[in-house]
Amino acid sequence: MSGNMNLTLKIWRQKNNKAKGELVNYKVADISPDMSFLEMFDVLNEQLITKGDEPVAFDHDCREGICGICSMHINGRPHGPKHGITTCQLHMRSFKDGDTIVVEPWRAQAFPVIKDLAVDRSAFDRIIAAGGYVSVNTGNAQDGNTLPVPKTDADMAFAAAACIGCGACVAACKNASAMLFVSAKVNQLAHLPQGQPERMERVRAMVAQMDKEGFGSCTNTGACEAECPKEISLVNIAAMNRDYLRANLLDSEG
Amino acid sequence: MSLNSNIPEGQLEEKWTKYKSTVPLVNPANKRNLEILVVGSGLAGASAAASLAELGYKVKCFCYQDSPRRAHSIAAQGGINAAKNYQNDGDSVYRLFYDTIKGGDYRAREANVYRLAEISPNIIDQCVAQGVPFAREYGGMLSNRSFGGTQVQRTFYAAGQTGQQLLLGAYSSLERQVGMGTVQMLSRHEMLDVVVIDGKARGIIARDLVTGELERHFGHAVLLCTGGYGNVFFLSTNAMGCNTTAIWKAHKKGAYFGNPSFTQIHPTCIPVSGDHQSKLTLMSESLRNDGRIWVPIKAGDTRHPSEIPEEERDYYLERRYPAFGNLVPRDVASRAAKERCDAGFGVGTSKMAVYLDFKFNMMRYGRVEATKNGLTDASDSTILNLGREVVKEKYGNLFDMYKQITGEDPYEIPMRIYPAVHYTMGGLWVDYNLMTNVPGMYCLGEANFSDHGANRLGASALMQGLADGYFVIPYTIGSYLSKEIAVKPISTDHVAFVQAEKEVKERINKLLTINGTKTVDHFHKKLGKVMWDKCGMARNAKGLQEAIAEIKKIRDEFWKDLRVLGSADEFNPELEKAGRVADFLELGELMCMDALERNESCGGHFREESQTEEGEALRDDENYSYVAAWEFIENNWKLYKEELKFENIKIAQRSYK
Repeated sequence: MSGNMNLTLKIWRQKNNKAKGELVNYKVADISPDMSFLEMFDVLNEQLITKGDEPVAFDHDCREGICGICSMHINGRPHGPKHGITTCQLHMRSFKDGDTIVVEPWRAQAFPVIKDLAVDRSAFDRIIAAGGYVSVNTGNAQDGNTLPVPKTDADMAFAAAACIGCGACVAACKNASAMLFVSAKVNQLAHLPQGQPERMERVRAMVAQMDKEGFGSCTNTGACEAECPKEISLVNIAAMNRDYLRANLLDSEG
Repeated sequence: MSLNSNIPEGQLEEKWTKYKSTVPLVNPANKRNLEILVVGSGLAGASAAASLAELGYKVKCFCYQDSPRRAHSIAAQGGINAAKNYQNDGDSVYRLFYDTIKGGDYRAREANVYRLAEISPNIIDQCVAQGVPFAREYGGMLSNRSFGGTQVQRTFYAAGQTGQQLLLGAYSSLERQVGMGTVQMLSRHEMLDVVVIDGKARGIIARDLVTGELERHFGHAVLLCTGGYGNVFFLSTNAMGCNTTAIWKAHKKGAYFGNPSFTQIHPTCIPVSGDHQSKLTLMSESLRNDGRIWVPIKAGDTRHPSEIPEEERDYYLERRYPAFGNLVPRDVASRAAKERCDAGFGVGTSKMAVYLDFKFNMMRYGRVEATKNGLTDASDSTILNLGREVVKEKYGNLFDMYKQITGEDPYEIPMRIYPAVHYTMGGLWVDYNLMTNVPGMYCLGEANFSDHGANRLGASALMQGLADGYFVIPYTIGSYLSKEIAVKPISTDHVAFVQAEKEVKERINKLLTINGTKTVDHFHKKLGKVMWDKCGMARNAKGLQEAIAEIKKIRDEFWKDLRVLGSADEFNPELEKAGRVADFLELGELMCMDALERNESCGGHFREESQTEEGEALRDDENYSYVAAWEFIENNWKLYKEELKFENIKIAQRSYK
């Protein structure tokens, strides 16, 4: 078909967590511009299996940009060249015939490689488990309208809550910092009345867990915001720092 | 074995209240000794695991994804229904109950559905308390919108990401328990068999997907919350990993499968663009609030939509169903789209699409905004721009998603949409307690058959998943576990565990050693095509009989010519996929058998032999007013019928005219 592309792929192959990885070259032909990037990987894997080579392992599930599992570092950018989308939402019309595309896993000490392009992001779950919730048991709730929430607060909470936990922020950061992820959850709850009782304890606990997991420090470069597929704002980090400082001051006052 | 739905005695409105007050309880000290396995971490699984742990039970929760936050509930877009009547527009528990029974074309149990409607307001309250950022009005109150099959506004939402926000709420409750050590979370784990000892579910065999190791887990009860099986069609709006494996293994260990053929084909999805397609993407039903569906009046009209004048457009839903218009239930809207496309009125290059057009409502919103801002002589383009901003706030992420996939801007030209497989109403048969016919084995959420009859109404899946997990199972599980308090944990060296693990291992080895020539997807696509062509939006006896024969043939080829590379003791996504497709190849056959047996049309199940003169689904209440529950018997199935009694609703030919 006209408009279809032939491409060279350089893909990170790594047998398991302990093995040494390397970039391996592959060719794919006749790729339609309407395909998604992951569908192009499907084509590659079908080709590899038919040839008797092991397919490339990569994480993917919803393929509509919401589950947050897909995680490819494409030509040096998390989720590839387009702004505000995940890998699964990237379409081949963003590339041209003859292109060479380099695909690597997320690179961060706190995200060890499992195999090829799949990494372990369970550190994020542990950060949420440390405090990313409102302590309310099922059955405790009062009527949802008894506590009005100003629309602007609800909207700001929602904007922060749109985070899909993909880890692109960490992958984009030269320090592999998880500040954007953590601050998104902290601020979602900080904007809502339901989040107030535990606000100070929450930020301290989540930051402590983040540090324990081995994520790096934030130096306000802003790469995380630039690469975030859900366009989570850097303002969240500033707001979290404010809360964190306050929490520690309050604590030192005893 | 006979079917006992265990519906409590008494008036419909009092059943659940009475049940809750009289169900046996388990005291806190005993709860600590009772272990519960929850398979799946979507809305049903996460809410059940969290709520049961809060009560004091020892819980293990399993999911195949790398984190429980990624379960496919996350992708639900439009909203969640609740009978709050915040809009003062005549809603009530009874009306939600009535709409759901009617929407399901009178093929659901009254008592279950009434309980669902009764619980619905508590769900909203619970989610708000967790910090779920629902959409709000300027006064700070919760906002509502309309969904199909209803004439009130009872749908709560968070932009087009309601499922995400609700799941993250349930996930945070779950992680809170994980942090407290009351839930052990096992991500990247897949259940590959259930262990039944002396007729009771006592555990599962799970595979650690990273190391490939098989694990045995004991539980006093097992909860399957593993979602729907729409991926049997290969192309669906489900996530790539959604599967039937857990409930299929349970079925093969004795659990009956209820109404397997009841599949929901969602009317508004982005059409298929080519053979490479791996999945289909939904455009939320909420868009039908503000979008009008049309095709050209002239068949084969190839003009650009903006060049087709108003009088040459056929707003066929508004024409055929004036009372509900664009908000008819999904099954009705899907069939109507298929009818127009089959008749040659479809649009786009494939001609298998219809327009969903927002311009009319953008203008309407724009005029309101202009008035609010005192712009009395605003031009049409100013009004359109103002209206666009309103639409953007409501559905921005959906419009962006559409543009990403198709390369077209839906603010400028109408969306092209076509029906796609979305949800399965069928699932494991459960009683009022959500227990399957295997004692100790429960099934929650989309994985069970219980509440939606032959067609689910929009924004009711989230409602059911959370109702089951937060508010039903914490009560109903007590009626079983109160009798289990003396049961000590059974050693996983028990012969039943050993045998189950051995069988799982043998099957994995078999998949890896066929050494054929074809990939898993090759067979999956073949199966999907048969299912879509012959067990999809329209079904007939001849097609279904052919499908059964074809599926058997594909299954034979699969076990002779499959190629799966790599080994069992490593991260091997192809191997996972192979096991799931092997199960789909069995389920597909049962779905066709069920569709063949039910020689009537109801809801999403449209038998061409049974339709009214106007082409609407024609039920046969005299012969088919039952739930079909299928028992697996080696290489065959036996049908049991649970008769449906309607004591509180007058059943009638469903009409949305």
